[in-house]
Amino acid sequence: MKVGAPDVAAPETAPAESTSARDLFRRFLQGDLASLRVILAIALIWIIFDLQNERFLSASNLTNLFLQITAVGLIAVGVVMVLLIGEIDLSVGAVSGLAAAVMAVVNVKHGWAPVPAIALGVLTGAAIGLLQGLLFTRFRIPSFVVTLAGLLTWQGALLLVLGKTGTVNLTNSGITDLANTFYGPVVGWIFAAAAITAFALVTLGGHRRRLAAGVTTEPAPLLIARIVAVAVVVIIAVAILNSDRGLPLALLILLAFVIGFQALTTRTVFGRHLFAVGGSAEAARRAGIGVDRIRVIAFILCSSMAAVGGILAASRLLAVNQSSGGSNLLLEAIAAPVIAGTSLFGGRGSVWSALLGATVIGSISNGMNLLALESSVKFMITGGVLLLAVIVDAVARSRRQAEGRV
Amino acid sequence: MTEPVLSARGLSKRFGPVQALDGVDIDVRAGEVLALVGDNGAGKSTLIKLISGIYSVDSGEFSFEGRPVKIGGPASATELGIATVYQDLALCDNLDVVANLFLGQEEIVTGPSSAFRALDEIEMERRSHQLLRQLSVTIPSVRSEVGTLSGGQRQQVAVARSLLGEPQVVMLDEPTAALGVVQTKQVLDLIGRLRERDLGVIVISHNLANVFEVADRIFVLRLGRKAGLFEKSKVSEEQVVGAITGADTAEQERQP
Repeated sequence: MKVGAPDVAAPETAPAESTSARDLFRRFLQGDLASLRVILAIALIWIIFDLQNERFLSASNLTNLFLQITAVGLIAVGVVMVLLIGEIDLSVGAVSGLAAAVMAVVNVKHGWAPVPAIALGVLTGAAIGLLQGLLFTRFRIPSFVVTLAGLLTWQGALLLVLGKTGTVNLTNSGITDLANTFYGPVVGWIFAAAAITAFALVTLGGHRRRLAAGVTTEPAPLLIARIVAVAVVVIIAVAILNSDRGLPLALLILLAFVIGFQALTTRTVFGRHLFAVGGSAEAARRAGIGVDRIRVIAFILCSSMAAVGGILAASRLLAVNQSSGGSNLLLEAIAAPVIAGTSLFGGRGSVWSALLGATVIGSISNGMNLLALESSVKFMITGGVLLLAVIVDAVARSRRQAEGRV
Repeated sequence: MTEPVLSARGLSKRFGPVQALDGVDIDVRAGEVLALVGDNGAGKSTLIKLISGIYSVDSGEFSFEGRPVKIGGPASATELGIATVYQDLALCDNLDVVANLFLGQEEIVTGPSSAFRALDEIEMERRSHQLLRQLSVTIPSVRSEVGTLSGGQRQQVAVARSLLGEPQVVMLDEPTAALGVVQTKQVLDLIGRLRERDLGVIVISHNLANVFEVADRIFVLRLGRKAGLFEKSKVSEEQVVGAITGADTAEQERQP
């Protein structure tokens, strides 16, 4: 019998570390270019609406647009968590309304201070997520059904919590300031400088460490281009916001959650497992990952973010009423990440897509309002855009399958 | 002959009325490739699943490196140093090679960010390069999505992943099924390199040409029982086929 030494020298025919140009190009197509496509779509939408009504691209309207997308954007960040594991949460709209109602009632009727009231609202969301996650994992009921039942249940709970009056007006500045605080130009530019510097340091620092360790890294020109692009967007955005009311706190809250969740999904073990469960739950299970634990956490994060979004929406409206969390909110929060490339089938997508997609949807809705279109037309156009986004997702998926990638 | 790294005595497993395995003895030594062959339903997969802890034995004993051991589940088999690569590979197509290699056993950054269980991508990628180079695995990049790889490359990634836990025994279920000629060659070469690393390798295969190319010994199962154990160098393909089909009962008792 032939017994070799454990450390037999490997043949020299192993170019395992050579990163082919084709592979890099593919990653560029999937990463930056996918975002670029959505950004171009946003630019196109803006130009079309601005040609119809020159007020569309005014500083005041763009500031309004940013404020309008905060609630949808925050809820969509949570929706990305469940989309990544290949599930869906239809209760996010109702949960956002209920959480805001809980916060409003304990603040206004029971005299709770803003911080504990907000915390209770978010906890309400988290508890609902835990419940729905456990129902989904324990009884193997499709998430579609669990959260559809949730949608009705939490809508009922919203009416119950609001009581007979049906509306609770928010007056406490600790809550209303969330959506109505604007920072002056100095703070705006300090924020811009800090954001650009931080992004450049993280990007280049990672690049240098990877080079030093001798592992694959994206080419420096691509990284520089990305930093320049981010810098340009930040500077233009801050300049526009400064020429109107200033940098809104609500936008900072949205960005903080987007960046936080982006880091959670791409840089931590939890995020890796989230993608693994969405890609192949069976493979994840065999690798020793607690698949059900990951799923329950995803539902908790989703409902908690729905609560955060609902609280911001209430702060902006200065009230919670029976239609809070209703109307198009649910559909928009789910459509936003899908429009910008997060798959409904699980395992593919990013938190950025929530922000980009919310901007697309917000721009269309804002523009149609500005043109004073009939409700009938607005509904049909919104429906068409959402359908188009899902078709793009399905086509992308079947093309991946044709290439042998599922 | 060297001491077997893993040996099992009198393994039996019954599923309802079906006696899937009936008193099978099997040994695998460090630095050898033992091929496990037999017709459909002969008990090959059952045997692998007993050793890898997926099924519990009805009766029978294991010893590992000479010590008697119990295999209570997949985790205890892994802990002993028994790794299994299943036919369906269990890879996540949406993740890259590094992420798949370390799935469920990710490296975590030390320091303040360890509280967030931040991934140490650099360390994982470095170790991936090292492992794949040792095994002479050829893939476009360790950052390729596994879904973009060919069947042979995926098989090699699955085998490489099983080696991260530094096992002493690796079991491969039909590693060359559904592979083309070139890819089959790559996987067979890889199995040869596992032997060079002094691992005990058990390979299930239907393809006798592959078995004869890579195996040192050939273990034949028929209807849940051992139907022969042959040194490859001392047996012809016809004799093995005879043992598999039961046509050549005279060969049954032939031992190396």
